[in-house]
Amino acid sequence: MDAKNIWVTFPQLLIFLPLIAGVITFFLRNEKIAKAWALFASVLTLCISLTSLYYADNKALNGLTFGYEWLKYIGSSFTVGLNGLGRILTLLTAIAFPVIFIATSKTKYKNTSAFYGLMLLSQSGLMGVFCAMDALLFYFFWELALVPVYFLCSRWGGEKRIQATFKFFVYTFAGSLLMLIGIIYVYQHTTGITFADGTVVAHSFSLRAFHLASLTAAQQGWMFWLFFIAFAIKMPIFPFHTWQPDAYEQSPTATTMVLSGVMVKMGVFALIRWLLPIFPEAVAKFDTLIIGFAVIGMIYASCLAIVQDDLKRLVAYSSIAHIGLMCAAIFANNDSGFQGVMIQMFNHGINIIGLWIVVHLIEQQLGVRKLSQLGGVAHKAPVLTIMLVVIAVANIALPLTNAFVGEFLMLSGLYQFNMWYAVAAGVCIILAAVYTLNMIQKVFYGETNALTATIKEIKWNEKIILAVIVIIIFAVGIYPQPLLNLTKETVTAISNK
Amino acid sequence: MNAIILTAIWGVIMMFGGVFIKNKSVPKYIAIIGLVVIFIANGFELKTGAPFFMIDVKDMVVTNSFNLTFIAIATGCSLLFFLLSGRDIEKVGAHVSEYFALIFFVLCGVCLAATFNTLLILFIGIEIISIPLYILTGSDKRNLKSNEAALKYFLMGAFSTGLMLMGIAFIFGGNANGSFFINNIHIGLGKMPVLIAAGMILLLISMSFKVSAVPFHFWAPDVYDGSPTVFTSFMATIVKAAGFFAFLRLFENAFGSVQPQWQTLVAVITAATLFIGNITAVFQQSVKRMLAYSSIAQAGFMLFAVFALNDKASEGVILYTAGYSIATIGLFAVLIKMKDYTIDGFNGLGKSQPVLALSATIFLLSLTGIPLTVGFQSKFYMLLAAAQNGHHTWLIIFAVLCAAISAYYYFKIIQAMYFKEPEAEVIIDGEVNNTFKFLLIITALLIMVLGIFPDVLLNWIHFIA
Repeated sequence: MDAKNIWVTFPQLLIFLPLIAGVITFFLRNEKIAKAWALFASVLTLCISLTSLYYADNKALNGLTFGYEWLKYIGSSFTVGLNGLGRILTLLTAIAFPVIFIATSKTKYKNTSAFYGLMLLSQSGLMGVFCAMDALLFYFFWELALVPVYFLCSRWGGEKRIQATFKFFVYTFAGSLLMLIGIIYVYQHTTGITFADGTVVAHSFSLRAFHLASLTAAQQGWMFWLFFIAFAIKMPIFPFHTWQPDAYEQSPTATTMVLSGVMVKMGVFALIRWLLPIFPEAVAKFDTLIIGFAVIGMIYASCLAIVQDDLKRLVAYSSIAHIGLMCAAIFANNDSGFQGVMIQMFNHGINIIGLWIVVHLIEQQLGVRKLSQLGGVAHKAPVLTIMLVVIAVANIALPLTNAFVGEFLMLSGLYQFNMWYAVAAGVCIILAAVYTLNMIQKVFYGETNALTATIKEIKWNEKIILAVIVIIIFAVGIYPQPLLNLTKETVTAISNK
Repeated sequence: MNAIILTAIWGVIMMFGGVFIKNKSVPKYIAIIGLVVIFIANGFELKTGAPFFMIDVKDMVVTNSFNLTFIAIATGCSLLFFLLSGRDIEKVGAHVSEYFALIFFVLCGVCLAATFNTLLILFIGIEIISIPLYILTGSDKRNLKSNEAALKYFLMGAFSTGLMLMGIAFIFGGNANGSFFINNIHIGLGKMPVLIAAGMILLLISMSFKVSAVPFHFWAPDVYDGSPTVFTSFMATIVKAAGFFAFLRLFENAFGSVQPQWQTLVAVITAATLFIGNITAVFQQSVKRMLAYSSIAQAGFMLFAVFALNDKASEGVILYTAGYSIATIGLFAVLIKMKDYTIDGFNGLGKSQPVLALSATIFLLSLTGIPLTVGFQSKFYMLLAAAQNGHHTWLIIFAVLCAAISAYYYFKIIQAMYFKEPEAEVIIDGEVNNTFKFLLIITALLIMVLGIFPDVLLNWIHFIA
């Protein structure tokens, strides 16, 4: 509670601004106004997020924290804060939404205001997850990010949307409930706090209390799984990934971008903030097993990505492979692994949103996204092609692109843990090159067919958005130091624990 | 104390009012005024600790902030029920003011069951609740299903009443003090004498009947399905909540010290209730019947309070009864307006009646237990209570898996409302005016406010005048 006299702080702004803006959006009857308003709100959020970077207080783990009592009889308080990890992910969230809004601005939705309202609500939930410094609050936002996405996918998605989304919802809801039990049990082992008005509670939900909870190795063992399954479903990690390709394929593209760009990071983020510090012994015990699953998942997903004919499914499987590497690097439990994961979370978010935008632009113009039906787009749309090639090489993590820094650090972290896992993970990068280059070749080069002959060059606003993404890719790839600095303190804090 | 006396008086007023008032819409307003008066009078007692009427009840009835808070919830929810569904009560039959009078008598029983201090008052309270309900169940007297439901309810109810009386008699005979007072049963920590154990089991069974816990739930779906929908709404919420409150108080005060001896039994009943309620609800096509099974499933969660018996359980039961009652009353109020009670009947409601659909969605989310709604807070408190109790961890994991199943059938309605196209043009049968919409929005907001700030309610339990 560093900032006692400040009424509004950055994390609060980041959470409440999209929330209030989202609620207002529902009441805007005019489609254009609703769109403009949502874009305005998301740009404003981005400005706040950028400003918060300058007020960084990396010394304390809970930099920029603010809290007041919320559920006082059980010792939960509304504590939100931004540390390095939180800042990098709120920045990603803040960048993602305006980019998505602009890139998909041509898409027509039934009931536009509800669509944008729900999008902003999900942004608010995501911000909350990344800022929450209280376990119960974290759970609250964790679920709140899910509910709007459920409605977005089932209302505006593809043909089989209802089943696909429902599977997604029940999967994650069941996982979250297990995590809730985990939270309750850890809570039983925390020490109490005294509130300002003298109320004494026996236990507390604060992050610090959770980190200090005294748990025996056996207790850690089974509580670890309660938490891990929830996070693994969200990421998703093999074998909990089955909801993901269906949900990505069936969702409207804007929502798919949110899901894959930002929402899967919730799981990775939660591993770092909640799982590792609370259950160190269990992490040490199960690390080989989980890295094993992650690596199996990577290889499995990469192989599936190679044979996909649908662009959306291809990107979905590629995402599973990338997230698998992040999970493996976290459980390698060393500095370079963490460092790599943290910046890769940001970079992966940017890259995959870029990929989705390209997929979206193609689908919007041609109405198909089957590799077998496409070809020769490069002749008609050279700018689009160049942009895609850059994003694609970033996806394979070529040097000079942003992903290279992250993947290199993660692989070296994994190598320090166990050479063979690192080798297996390295194979996946080669596989990534196979499916990504194959995709470029089939979609953009080769013979132009009757369908692709009709494609036109992209519009200026789409060019700008893709240019922004390409610039971020190169900027971070060439000079990653600011991002590394942002996360450095968090990494040290975790390793010293 | 205020509430007990005023509900009884108002019931009589309503009954005789029926003789003089011929206009059908007047009784509703009298009833609403009555409930407001009772609610305020009860709030006054809660705030000051002093009732309006000083009657020496020889300690047979106790009032404290805990049970007065519950009475406030029960009367508040009834008020909500009258406001939302008052019109539909008028449509059930010709004897409008009798229906209201009977509901007031039920409320009198609810107050007694909430404040009892002896087994006798418990018995009287439960009976005062049950007998008017038998009549209300059969009030749609030309409908065979309603008649069947009333008869079934009456026979089952009479049977469980018999069991309860027998249990009370055993306990009276078995305890050394020869006392009906629940605090005086004094069974200590040792093994229970056979008579008291038998009495306790009989009480457990009869209370399980009243709250429709498995395996004593068979009457519930038929009765809830058969009776007029407005009264189902009342039975499934306020009456059921009162049953739980009495159940909790009885076991906490009379048998709390020997909890280890019966806890496993309650755990098994809880698990069975959760399982049967949720699994059967999945297969229902009629929303009304689904809500009947869902009320059994929700009863499973409320049983956690009896299972855990600690501070969190008390807080949890207050939150749960409030949250569950408000959401279910709201949902029934929407259901009554529907032409077709099947899930397909909800198709396209999101487009034709956005306000109804949105508030129904919030009620359903609350029943599922999604954060920001009071349904989450209440489930959370129940799980917390069970975890603090520390025994039977499997039950908690089992309960959340069942909660995940419940998402399936609650979300089916949401899917129908928003993502499916209607088959018929007309979805709504009843009249939907702006007042009704406004009240629904207020109800939905209430759910969210309690979901974010449950302490608004919980402060009252800890309030000492």
